[in-house]
Amino acid sequence: MSLLDRLATRRNEAGTEATSPSTPEDPVFATKALRKFLASLLSHEAPSLLDLGPVVGANVTFFGEQLGCKIFVEDLFAALDRHVQGGKLEELPEFLTKRLSQPDGTFDGILCWDLFDYLDRASAQALATELMRLLAPDGALLGFFGNTQSHEVRYTKYIIVDEVNLRYRRYPAARGRQVTLLNRDIIRLFPSLRVSDSFLLQNNTREILFRKLA
Amino acid sequence: MWKRDEAVRPASGPPQAPAPTPAGPSPVRQEATHGMEREIVNIGKSIVIKGELNGSEDLTIEGQVEGTIQLRDHVLTIGPNGRIKAQVFAKSVVVLGEVTGNVTATDKVDIRDNGSVDGDLVSPRVTIAEGAHFRGSVDMQRKGAAKPVAAQANTPQSPVPQVAQPA
Repeated sequence: MSLLDRLATRRNEAGTEATSPSTPEDPVFATKALRKFLASLLSHEAPSLLDLGPVVGANVTFFGEQLGCKIFVEDLFAALDRHVQGGKLEELPEFLTKRLSQPDGTFDGILCWDLFDYLDRASAQALATELMRLLAPDGALLGFFGNTQSHEVRYTKYIIVDEVNLRYRRYPAARGRQVTLLNRDIIRLFPSLRVSDSFLLQNNTREILFRKLA
Repeated sequence: MWKRDEAVRPASGPPQAPAPTPAGPSPVRQEATHGMEREIVNIGKSIVIKGELNGSEDLTIEGQVEGTIQLRDHVLTIGPNGRIKAQVFAKSVVVLGEVTGNVTATDKVDIRDNGSVDGDLVSPRVTIAEGAHFRGSVDMQRKGAAKPVAAQANTPQSPVPQVAQPA
């Protein structure tokens, strides 16, 4: 049975669809890495998932009802905004080392979305170190990274349409993307993980799936 | 400790007998059919409760509650003005105000637009509206979850992992 079939089966069991309010203006883009991330999650019994983005009801339904995940939501975009607006960006690296207090190896999957694009180098490294600690052996971490410099001061909510499509919903941010990370810089952020899959999408987003060795 | 007569008052006055209704389903008719009088109990904006709050009827809270709330078989609604710092146990919980604490519902948790929850949710169904705030974990305790198999997803050629069908 394919992953698509399995998810359809779970949808039927749950009796719900992972839908979001219909907003035709939100573009939908294909995703290559999400399907592999989901397959990784499904290889664990009652997987534990950390979502670093803003809470999205449709995603909670998708992961909770269809995949049986326990979901932890830590909106670090909101935390970044608070630091920018409070003029406390120099405190962000220390904040990120303390914010996630769960024990080592708690999560089977971590969704970073494109958070690292908005962080300075020190904050990115502080967060990456914490995420490596929190990821369980054989766990997967999914991150999106812009491939071109953008001056748009907006974040993106990634709403799961299905396992191969994401709806991008923009919303106001306190600051825009920082430097575009090179592939080698991204890999160096996570020295204890290995790159499982990497995709460059037509919308210039790089999707990188990391795995922690069992 | 608070006194119920002072702190809790019916939102819509004394219960009234259901009026005769024409043929066809309606909430009033359903209540009459079941022979039950349903009243919505409201804890008003100015009420502050510290301690344990137990009940066996639906409840709407617009005030402040600190402690524990238990409405095991009923619906708890945290109104837009409600401020809760408590562990909550209910059949169903609707959040339009602010909740700090863990929420356990046997049926559903519904965080509406502008509702806010800082805490862990345990419920088979969870709905979070666009514009709601949530920080914590969500455990939907999915029944009949598939058993795991070895992950094969790291190579494109690998077959997609198979799962046993739920019983």
